Amino acid sequence: MPHLILLIAQRLALGFLLLLAVSALIFLGTEILPGDVAQSILGQSATPEALANLRRDLGLNEPALKRYFSWLWGLLHGDLGTALTNGADIASSIGSRLFNTMFLATVAAVISVPLALILGMLAVRYRNRWPDKLISGSTLAFISLPEFFIGYLLIYFVAVKLGWFPSVATVYESMSFTERLSAVALPATTLTLVVLAHMMRMTRAAILNVMQSAYIETAELKGLSALKIIFRHAFPNAIAPIVNVVMLNLAYLIVGVVVVEVIFVYPGMGQYLVDHVAKRDVPVVQACGLVFAAFYIFLNMAADIIAILSNPRLRHPK
Amino acid sequence: MANSLEQLSKLVSSGAISRRTFMKRAAALGASAALSSQVLSTAAYADEPVTGGVLKIGSSGGESTNSLDPATSSSAVPFLNGHQWGDLLVDIADDGSIENRLAEEYGSSADAKTWTFKIRKGVEFHNGKTMTPEDVIATLERHSGEETKSGALGVMRGIDTMKVDGDNVVIGLKDPNADLPFLMADYHLVIQPNGGKDQPDAGIGTGPYKMVVNEPGVRHGYEKNTNDWKSDRGYAEQVEILVINDDTARVAALQSGQVHMIERVPPKIVELVKRIPNVEIKSAPGRGHYVFIMHANTAPFDNNDLRMALKYGINRQEMVDKILFGYGSVGNDMPINAAYPFFSDDFEQREYDPDKAAFHYKKSGHSGEVLLRTADGSFPGAVDAAQLFQQSLAGAGVKLNVKREPNDGYWSEVWNKQPFCTSYWGGRPTQDQMYSTAYLSSADWNDTRFFNDDFDKMLLSAKGELDAAKRKQIYRDMGSIVRDEGGLICPMFNDWVEGVSTKVGGWAVNPNQAMMNGQALSRCWLKA
Repeated sequence: MPHLILLIAQRLALGFLLLLAVSALIFLGTEILPGDVAQSILGQSATPEALANLRRDLGLNEPALKRYFSWLWGLLHGDLGTALTNGADIASSIGSRLFNTMFLATVAAVISVPLALILGMLAVRYRNRWPDKLISGSTLAFISLPEFFIGYLLIYFVAVKLGWFPSVATVYESMSFTERLSAVALPATTLTLVVLAHMMRMTRAAILNVMQSAYIETAELKGLSALKIIFRHAFPNAIAPIVNVVMLNLAYLIVGVVVVEVIFVYPGMGQYLVDHVAKRDVPVVQACGLVFAAFYIFLNMAADIIAILSNPRLRHPK
Repeated sequence: MANSLEQLSKLVSSGAISRRTFMKRAAALGASAALSSQVLSTAAYADEPVTGGVLKIGSSGGESTNSLDPATSSSAVPFLNGHQWGDLLVDIADDGSIENRLAEEYGSSADAKTWTFKIRKGVEFHNGKTMTPEDVIATLERHSGEETKSGALGVMRGIDTMKVDGDNVVIGLKDPNADLPFLMADYHLVIQPNGGKDQPDAGIGTGPYKMVVNEPGVRHGYEKNTNDWKSDRGYAEQVEILVINDDTARVAALQSGQVHMIERVPPKIVELVKRIPNVEIKSAPGRGHYVFIMHANTAPFDNNDLRMALKYGINRQEMVDKILFGYGSVGNDMPINAAYPFFSDDFEQREYDPDKAAFHYKKSGHSGEVLLRTADGSFPGAVDAAQLFQQSLAGAGVKLNVKREPNDGYWSEVWNKQPFCTSYWGGRPTQDQMYSTAYLSSADWNDTRFFNDDFDKMLLSAKGELDAAKRKQIYRDMGSIVRDEGGLICPMFNDWVEGVSTKVGGWAVNPNQAMMNGQALSRCWLKA
């Protein structure tokens, strides 16, 4: 056990180092983009005077290194600063956006993860027979369609023709939980269809791999039912690769859903980040980048730890 | 006949005669069926407004970076916002004339150098404070001076002095300007308490609706200002602006009834949208135009023959048909069209003429490719338009190399920097403003690098010319200079194309800006 705590502590420390490196990279990236924030805010209608005034007010005349470190200092004190473009407090804007993103991701995950696992196990149970082919074929078809296309199909049939759910998934703070669920129904379905195939295929492959082992043959000879073998005996030994893929997809649900957000007009992190990148709003871009990086690092760390816990050989190294 | 028809239609809407009788009598007057039903439908629109309900717009041009400070507004949603919670001194009416808002009346001295605006009394801001001439001055001050970040700075620069005189605001100009009221209708100049100097993004003004929800890039919700000074607006109980930047999502929202009007229907899909039941397409011929701009002082475009070769080598009608899908009109290498006051309609239309293009090209002595930069974001269909241009020029033996640039950074790195690129202009209410903004030698956005002393002098003399006929002649001469010597290739003027549900009453055509010049939410209502 002390070994495990040490391991988690090590991973956490590594994660923070990684975050620091990421922050520097993001800063560098935003620096070398063409144009600057003042030009982007004022757009085509920028006069030289207005540009000069705005640059001075925004502190863009300071050297880059100084701006980076003062931002980092603020960050350590829990201050993400204010957006250069509209003066809004970044922490509170990100707070509500992140909540929306997490809500959508959670709904999509709650549907897609169990569904993928169950479908994967069913595909193993009936491998190379028609249920397997149907499951693989349909999920692969959905992953092959671009997500905006799935979104448009759902909008057209479910929102416009049937009128079951709204096509505009704008959520408000005053909405009740069920209203929110109804609003995110279509984007969550789209995301489910997008991530399903990857997790399902991985579950199928990992369990099939284990199914070759001698102990599975023993179980079969004992006369256990096929589903019981898969669920009780094969699945626990296939968890590590499955968890890795599930975590990757969860990370995608949080950081990679810009297109779905745009199509369904969902006020999440993706749209927020893209708007601010387009305006060169460096503090917001950095804050979003850090939040996203933190999620990636955290989820991957969780995947590692779960994989270790699920494997006694890794749990008790010699 | 028009008058009698109008009378008849009024009788129909008042219920004095039936629709059937109307059609019969109109036929007796000799009006075609199409014309009479058109008149009848205008009469139906003139019906009594219905109050109540929640009226919603789905609009593109909104970002989570938007602020409520009108000084920084530059896209569609901030523009619409300013027209809900705020008022201007004067605004532009449907027919292009000036309509009084917070100014009750205005007038100028004989030399058009001193202007007096009488400020409306008894108007209250949403925070309960009474609006005073001092607030007006403070607003104008905040938008002027070298310290400001306002998009209206260019407009304010001509102002020398401002002072309060009783109920009046008196503005003294550096040079005469007969168009000052049009300048005051600039959408940035929303009158705010103390000019917004205390809190520029408070969203507090004198407008028909009070800001309730402000989520930039998502939605903006308003409730009726029950204390509104103007009675013929603000019919809906609540209005909402939903930001829907994706074209398909915007149309779907209109189709499924989640919004009642959408800003900007892409011309490409107008025919499809027309087939949707309960949705109407509204188009208005505007002053906006799509342009190919050459720097007239930069090689090889400093050679007028090369510029003429390119001007003759573009097929304007083809652009209107294929890029605007007919929702627009051909340009004539001037930034001015019939939508402007003092426009002379006797210019010869420049047509695609490969022979003349080849002649001027040869005369210019230029050889090799001509490089044109473009990006999707420079105007809708810009890359396609550049390729059409490439094809039509090839017919004249001129090689055009189309270089596609990223949208990101286009306005800072390409436009107004590179010598030949695609761009657009939204137009201005007056010729003077359009020319002062982009064609005067000293203009900030002289994006064709057009330096012509005669032109500059004419612009100045036209500003102070109060004789309409003389003014029109000066503008005619200026137009022909730009047309024959300038760096502007203007193939087309685009229409405003918007989608409106048939549930909406009170729609009018106001070509000055999108969505009835921003007034759609306050002037329309939901039919009972």
